[in-house]
Amino acid sequence: MDAVTEASLEVSGLAFAYPDGHQALFGVDFRIERGERVALLGPNGAGKTTLVLHLNGILDGGTGSVRVAGLPVDRAHMAEIRRKVGIVFQDPDDQLFMPTVREDVAFGPAAAGLKGAELQARVERALERVGMAEFQDRPPHHLSFGQRRRVAVATVLAMEPEILVLDEPSSNLDPASRRELADILRSLDVTVLMVTHDLPYALELCPRSLVLSEGVIAADGKTAELLANDELMRTHRLELPFGFDPSR
Amino acid sequence: MGAGHAHKLYRRASSPVHALPPHTKLAATFAFVVVVVSTPREAMWAFGMYAVLLGVVAGLARVPFGFLLKRLLIEVPFVAFAVLLPFVAEGERVEVAGISLSVSGLWGAWNVLAKGTLGVAASVLLAATTELRELLLGLQRLKLPPLLVQIASFMIRYGDVITDEMRRMRIARESRGFEARGLRHWGVLAKSAGALFIRSYERGERVHLAMVSRGYAGVMPVIDEVTASRAQWSYALALPCAALIVCLLGWML
Repeated sequence: MDAVTEASLEVSGLAFAYPDGHQALFGVDFRIERGERVALLGPNGAGKTTLVLHLNGILDGGTGSVRVAGLPVDRAHMAEIRRKVGIVFQDPDDQLFMPTVREDVAFGPAAAGLKGAELQARVERALERVGMAEFQDRPPHHLSFGQRRRVAVATVLAMEPEILVLDEPSSNLDPASRRELADILRSLDVTVLMVTHDLPYALELCPRSLVLSEGVIAADGKTAELLANDELMRTHRLELPFGFDPSR
Repeated sequence: MGAGHAHKLYRRASSPVHALPPHTKLAATFAFVVVVVSTPREAMWAFGMYAVLLGVVAGLARVPFGFLLKRLLIEVPFVAFAVLLPFVAEGERVEVAGISLSVSGLWGAWNVLAKGTLGVAASVLLAATTELRELLLGLQRLKLPPLLVQIASFMIRYGDVITDEMRRMRIARESRGFEARGLRHWGVLAKSAGALFIRSYERGERVHLAMVSRGYAGVMPVIDEVTASRAQWSYALALPCAALIVCLLGWML
């Protein structure tokens, strides 16, 4: 196998039903190449979170397969998969669980066995990439929401992931923090899958989008074209904010 | 370590006591308390010596006397019952200013008061010179069960988050005209407490998910290793060793 041509993420035929019988995914197929930034759009209840939790093996037991950089997501590769797939959860208070920013960013790499100066260098690099280096010794609950979200991104960057998965990255951010985060995400040289309801944000950051609706990929294409397709948007309960014109 | 806000028990300063590794201070405090507790109560001068020893530590740590006294007030509810002992205990009695007091009760009260105060003073000094975070590292280093250390550290991290959630729930209640007055309203408060518990429990699940996603497999990775040199250990243990000599003299004299 040639590692260079390997897709960052390859999902094929993924179906999943929760133990209570509720089926969330009905055969999801898509592929994300290395370095792409892709938005995953879809109404509430479309199965977006369920899909995300499959990407690093937290949920499994359905049919189909997920491969990260060619590596199948299964028990045997779990530790490596969790290093490769960096998930930034929606609420930074869930993501930041250590007493200080520095320790939180260090958590992932330390769990992978990094120590001492190497660990510290990794932490500093990750915090610099999100512009939070001077907040290392702060407890997370003394940061603003936007700062916490940026630290949450750093905690995942510190693991040097193959793919960054962001769950609603722009939620609860004021316009300035929203733009700062966009600048940071654009400056990163990693593959990004961004789960969001924020369609202008998707258009701004992701050239390509997937629409997940009722547990299947209903559309896959250029973000600008998908957002301009009224028919598609209506069918899948996607709505642009008032006055927003994606063609401009 | 630590910019911005620290815990209110902590007093930021640079002193030789602040600089000691946390686990040596924890061990020294614990040993000191054990020695104090095992001193015979009749050796009153020994307790005076202990107080002097703590005074020396406070001086080295640049902890002002007033600060120490104010923090000592926490002890008051716990020693309140000691004051009752001379009145209620049995046995031989003496007259003090026209009040009949029990001799064994007086000794009992003195015992509780002296040992309690010295123990609390030692803990206050520990807390004033060691940050909360460092204390946890120290406990970890002293091989306290990791689960207990993790629980304590999550309490510190999420204490504010949960208090804030509680505050928001109170505001939501009051915004809809609710005010807790008397027994009738306890039901509402109990339901709020229940809702808070469920929210916290669910947050716990989400935090666990975030931890697992970053490679947590049941053991917290060691991020900061605290180490102590032989000199630092001997410096920290000087306090309990001096106290031990006093204690032994107390038993012999």
